[in-house]
Amino acid sequence: MDLSRFQDRSLVQRAAQVLRKLAPDEELRFMHVCGTHENTITRYGIRSMIPDSIRVIPGPGCPVCVTSTSEIDQAIEIASRGTTVYTYGDMFGVPGTRSSLKQARAQGARVRVVYSLSDAIKISRESEEPGVFFAIGFETTAPTTASAVLSGVPEGFSFLVAHRLIPPALTSLLDMGRIELDGLICPGHVSTIIGANAYRVFAEKYGIPVAISGFEPLDVILSLVDLVRQHKDGAPRVFNEYSRCVRPEGNRRALEMMSEVFEVRDAEWRGIGTLPMSGLGLRDGYADLDAARIYRVKTNSRQSMPPGCRCSEVLLGTCSPTECPLFGSACTPARPVGPCMVSGEGTCRIWFQYGGYQKW
Amino acid sequence: MCLAIPGRVEELQGRFGVVNFGGVRRKVDFSLLQRCKVGDYVIVHAGFAIEIMDEADAEETLSLIRQIEAALE
Repeated sequence: MDLSRFQDRSLVQRAAQVLRKLAPDEELRFMHVCGTHENTITRYGIRSMIPDSIRVIPGPGCPVCVTSTSEIDQAIEIASRGTTVYTYGDMFGVPGTRSSLKQARAQGARVRVVYSLSDAIKISRESEEPGVFFAIGFETTAPTTASAVLSGVPEGFSFLVAHRLIPPALTSLLDMGRIELDGLICPGHVSTIIGANAYRVFAEKYGIPVAISGFEPLDVILSLVDLVRQHKDGAPRVFNEYSRCVRPEGNRRALEMMSEVFEVRDAEWRGIGTLPMSGLGLRDGYADLDAARIYRVKTNSRQSMPPGCRCSEVLLGTCSPTECPLFGSACTPARPVGPCMVSGEGTCRIWFQYGGYQKW
Repeated sequence: MCLAIPGRVEELQGRFGVVNFGGVRRKVDFSLLQRCKVGDYVIVHAGFAIEIMDEADAEETLSLIRQIEAALE
């Protein structure tokens, strides 16, 4: 299968030309909720190719950025007491209340970075030592945790679960009036799991045009074209641009595994607050794999972002990275102040790496 | 974090298999897929195959631009 055509310069330019023809005079704000989309948009300079009236705004789509400091502190506490904590690389440098997992490791805490949960399980099995997997991420990642829980893990292996759910978070933020948008660009791989139908509520109840988008430059521009067309037609619907990977009903097997292992709970989104039914926790039947219970780590919700940091606003698209006085001076990938400067999915980190636009 | 990469399935044995990502071969967990066969293209996230890619759908998406251009003329 030749997917390189989704990056083909002439096709992308033709799509951008179509968008310029269609663009209305009024300003339209389209929000995406995926760090990988921000990566594509900034890396390929998509904001410079599209009409000024179309604003593409990043929403809370970086899972490590919205993981609460309380959860990071818990992981650090477990690692500092001598149990190995396995983490995805994205999470490693994100500051908690006092330090990041990376800084904690420098001070002797046991932290290992892995690409996959399977690697963590393998290392733990071979070393015959207890381990805790820091299970972060959205619906894309949650089924991998569920699969491991169901297939069995080595003695002493457990999970610090911090998964978050995209649609309930967005409906809460819309209900609270904390985000304003004229269209929603939905995350392709979250959608692979939950399915295109999961977004019908946004078109049908909220009247917001929806496009589920892939991650190549052509995918993003085609999604923008469809959102503009939906706007012109005055008939919001769910457009599945990423149909090569997203089915209407999603990945049923993955959804069944998630529902077997997890229950939906209220969850704190860092810098945003507690959003109802927007997170996952292990069901009581799996309490013996729940690191938060096993290690009796405390939950605190004192903090959010460090002083001066505007990540809370960046996460909701009300402030661009370049509007934050710390960006690129006091806050850099080498010395991040806020979470959005750490992960390759964080808007500030992406803008620092590829050069941001002055506005959305 | 939700980054997932397409690759071609080269081997399948029970729950696990080998996927070729443009020359890089890696062991992948297939427990989240109901059916999959050697030669399929899958999308892999954090070591797990999460969906089989549909070539006909990819072609259809690529043809959209021509359709929209035609509609605008």
